[in-house]
Amino acid sequence: MMCSLALFPPPLSGYGETSQYDESNTDPAVWFGDSHPLNLYFPGESLKPRSLQECSSKAAFRDHCETLYTRSAGAWRDAGLSGLLNEIANSSAEVPKWLEVSSSCVLALLRWVSSFHGSLFPHLTLSSEDMTAEFSQVLNWSDCAVRSFAWHPHTQKCAVSLLDDSIKIYNPKSANTPTLKHRLQHSVAALQWKPLCASTLAVACHNCLLVWHVDPTSFSTRPSSGCAQVLSHPGHSPVTSMAWSPNGSLLVSASPRDTAMLVWDVAVESCVPLYRVGGGGVTYLSWSPDGSRVLAATPSYLFRVWETRMWTCERWPCLKGRCQSGSWSPDGSRLLFSVQGETVIYALTFTDTPGMPLGMSGGPKAATVVADLSETTLNTPDGDMAVGGEIQSLAWDPTGERLAVLLKGDAEAGRPAMIAVFKTQINPAFKLLPCGFVHGETGTEPRLMQFNPNYKHGAQLTVCWSNGKITHVPFCFMSAGNPQPGLGGSPSPPLSQGRTADYANQTLYTELIS
Amino acid sequence: MFSSDQSCWFVRKVICWRAVASMAWSVLLLLPTTALFVLLSRFSLFHPILWMSECLSLLTSASAIFSFILLCGVVLMVGFFNLEYYTVVPSIACSKIALLGQVLHPRQFVHSLVHCIMGVVVAWCCAFTIGGRYRSLGHPCTQDESSSGPEMCLNEYHLVLLLAGAFIGYSHSLVGVVYNMNYVSFHTMQQYKYLRFKGALPLVVKASAVQALYCLRSFLLLYFFMGYAPRAWICKTLDLSINSSIHSLDSVSSLLDLSLLYHLWISGTFLLLTWYITVLLFRIFVTEVYSFPVQSTFTEDAHQCLPKVITGTQPMILKFLALQDLALLSQHSPSRRLEVFSLSQPGGHPHIWTALSKECLSLLSDLTERLVAHHDTVATNGRAKSQSTGSNKRSTTSSEGSVTSVGMEDMKTPRPSALIRTPGSVFLRSSVGAGLRTPLTTPFTPDLDSPFSSPALRRLTGPLEPQGALSPGFSSIQSPHVMRRGPKLWSASTDSQLNGSPPPSPGPAPSPSQAQLKPSFLVTFLQNRKDQLPEASSQALFADSQVHIWALQGLSHLVAASFSEDQYGIVQTTLPTILSTLLLLQEAVDRHFKLPHTSSKPGHCSCSMGDDSYKTLRFALRSTLKTAVYRITATFGGHLHAVQMSAEHRKRLQHFLEYKE
Repeated sequence: MMCSLALFPPPLSGYGETSQYDESNTDPAVWFGDSHPLNLYFPGESLKPRSLQECSSKAAFRDHCETLYTRSAGAWRDAGLSGLLNEIANSSAEVPKWLEVSSSCVLALLRWVSSFHGSLFPHLTLSSEDMTAEFSQVLNWSDCAVRSFAWHPHTQKCAVSLLDDSIKIYNPKSANTPTLKHRLQHSVAALQWKPLCASTLAVACHNCLLVWHVDPTSFSTRPSSGCAQVLSHPGHSPVTSMAWSPNGSLLVSASPRDTAMLVWDVAVESCVPLYRVGGGGVTYLSWSPDGSRVLAATPSYLFRVWETRMWTCERWPCLKGRCQSGSWSPDGSRLLFSVQGETVIYALTFTDTPGMPLGMSGGPKAATVVADLSETTLNTPDGDMAVGGEIQSLAWDPTGERLAVLLKGDAEAGRPAMIAVFKTQINPAFKLLPCGFVHGETGTEPRLMQFNPNYKHGAQLTVCWSNGKITHVPFCFMSAGNPQPGLGGSPSPPLSQGRTADYANQTLYTELIS
Repeated sequence: MFSSDQSCWFVRKVICWRAVASMAWSVLLLLPTTALFVLLSRFSLFHPILWMSECLSLLTSASAIFSFILLCGVVLMVGFFNLEYYTVVPSIACSKIALLGQVLHPRQFVHSLVHCIMGVVVAWCCAFTIGGRYRSLGHPCTQDESSSGPEMCLNEYHLVLLLAGAFIGYSHSLVGVVYNMNYVSFHTMQQYKYLRFKGALPLVVKASAVQALYCLRSFLLLYFFMGYAPRAWICKTLDLSINSSIHSLDSVSSLLDLSLLYHLWISGTFLLLTWYITVLLFRIFVTEVYSFPVQSTFTEDAHQCLPKVITGTQPMILKFLALQDLALLSQHSPSRRLEVFSLSQPGGHPHIWTALSKECLSLLSDLTERLVAHHDTVATNGRAKSQSTGSNKRSTTSSEGSVTSVGMEDMKTPRPSALIRTPGSVFLRSSVGAGLRTPLTTPFTPDLDSPFSSPALRRLTGPLEPQGALSPGFSSIQSPHVMRRGPKLWSASTDSQLNGSPPPSPGPAPSPSQAQLKPSFLVTFLQNRKDQLPEASSQALFADSQVHIWALQGLSHLVAASFSEDQYGIVQTTLPTILSTLLLLQEAVDRHFKLPHTSSKPGHCSCSMGDDSYKTLRFALRSTLKTAVYRITATFGGHLHAVQMSAEHRKRLQHFLEYKE
């Protein structure tokens, strides 16, 4: 038996200033805290996107007569072989006829080959910016004021990357908000703090990875670009995703143009490329919280699951589309993923002991569908409301009790983008129960979400909205498996355990039944 | 040549077999490489069918099989030299003169000579394979005037190819010293051997092609200027005459023959490729993870267990592999961790944990001591310097004069007396083991075999300090820039004899007066060469830090795992020691990185087979250390307040607990 959105309680009509969580009705355990110190607001008008084309300044200068040799050298440096050939083919007055003709021929051949390659992998024809937008976990990445967001894994601190290519770091304990800017920090696709470290932040940029070292005790508001390590590799751009290993030693990065996934040893700035045939690139990476596996999605109908002991992988061909997003359970035994063009969530279960090479031990043979999010109409006090659709991203909270699903929505069909939240249970059997919807002020839609890993009273979902606001939606519950040690001393939020029984008979998905 | 290692079971049973396996694979890989070389060397665009059929007939001929056997012999020889010369701790020359000492070392001389000869052999095979005008050294010719029948003339093309092979072989050996080609580094990521080889193969091909190009350029320059000498010598010894109707090859026009250049380049690439593949396979095989048993049921196998193996020092590779195994088991295998946390059966003592933790802690505290000693020397050094030459600070001039101040600082360096390394230790892995607990710097190795470290030389360089002021130009050219640079350029030098104590080495020491009579060119030259290479001292301090990195990883993972897995609480007893050791090391490393030249990252040279990962080990160590402390604090959290430790360490730990480091 599978879950569908029809089983969800209908969302409430919106009210209030901050994000409305219609959770209050469905999950009585929600705790409305005071206004959060990290409720942030970045109005889109105040942020100007930085122009990416640095070479566009060329037009401002007069053409200067250089020798063919100088120009060719420049073209080789700027645009490689095709630039060189182009330069030679275009300067017919200065080169012998045969050279011009042959370079034109080679150029045509190159173009033909690249168009052929492009027809095999259509994503290669996109521009870098479009490619980042296409494969990002953020909904409508290109016009989003907040392009990426990252909670620190151990302490209350977050980094926000904005439309103007700057990154701000917020820490509720200090008034100081460092702003990180770097010459190479274009079109930031992802941010992640290094685990087991206080100060290291990795940034996936247009054509490199930047690793910032932001001293938490420093009072500087503009750390210099000397604080950033630049990790770049030829052919590895744009970087759309990256993931730190949970033990903080390695960093993997991916680019849709590069068939290799790079494994970086950040301290010594060296990388090992891991090539595999097929896929045409790597778009999204997610390291399982126990460190034993990495999900690597490709632009074609294929994704891989790497095991991190010996770095072997198993291929998972999908039938309908590319893997759009994935999320690991906290113990690393389950992977939920969504596929573009489909409205369901799949699950993979890994029963083997971590550390063994994948082929040798019994992994899963096929993915199972655990939730169906196809479009349904729900009755609300304001009338019927259509919800459902394709999935943009998945987020599973670190305790493994809540799963948030960002639905793309469809403006024409009147379906807004929404976040649907499930209750999950991993042990003893995997269960998925409906919890509710999160939607924002009228006219805004969620763009990006992440669970706060340091929330003591349950789970806290941070949502970035299309109007540039960042709000935090708390879900308070007593963790069933391991009671939170911090709960004893802190002011206890209004907790109640009563209502879960109402939905117990509506189990969306359990392993035992299916 | 195995004299020192013969006793060790590990070298006999594991390392030798690994080396043999790597050699076998390189011989197997020689087959496709040679076929490819034959195809490429005889390439002709316009006669593809002729080209293919010629290549096929050549590959199946008996003479080709003979030259293939020769090539196999060369590859086996290269493999043997790899096994004999490899080291897991790089020797880092802190000054140019130390580098020179390494190059001129007798052991290195043997290496160069043999590689030179092997280069000639490979080049002969290449010449034979390419055929045509390269085929043989002599060819029959008729001199027009004498016309006394056919004579044998020298075939210069063949000679050039042979000489190029010798040159490339020698430069391979030379570059190997300079770029530490014999250094075997361990990878952070574990991969299967085949995948690792596959990943590295394109880089090796590229490296050999580029290196061959550079070698070729140098060789042609050399041949252009010096080519007549070997030609005349060969003609004289082999009684060949020079064909005067053909232009000799040491002219610009004939050296720019494209076909000749292509053949020279492709032969050089082939030579380097086969050798590099052998090196690569050896590195991959020898660094493969070896899983030691944690405990053994039989007493005769007890010496092969991890706690025993890890404490030994003798074959360095054994210690490295043992620590690597410790780091991996602490992360990946719960069952082996349980064995570590177990108690001995009669008695109930945590022998395994005690042995492992003790060894790791002693390694780490040893590094701390080393860093503190280095820092103290630098600190006192800088102070003494600024006092003694304060009067000179105003004058500014070119930095040529800087060498004197640097040289003088070297003299003043007080050092621990026990740091002198044995002769040849730069090359011998067996003696590197003895040097593990000492700073591995060899700015001026007191190497009794080396001509540059004789007592006479020490006497020559020793009394420079009084002379520095006398010699013209030395006293007045201390620029502020130089003063600032002075302390940086110091390194943990081990040339203890310079500092007053009489040289312990036997041998006739020339009288000081004799030395003072010759202030002279030689001294100045040597002083110039003693100019420290920047950041080399820092690299040398951390030369063996891979061991420390694994010790840190192993300890921190074991401690973190003990939070839930240690049933008897044996780790708790050592926790205060572990924490204080880590914090002390953290402090020392932080102080070290405040020194100049330590934070600058060296540029990567991607196109060479030399492994320069030792240059960045200190960064890896710093990051691993921080992660290790965080791993412990993140696991134990507030419980650490109950651990006994000094107030200073408690304060430091509080920073870690609040994520403020």
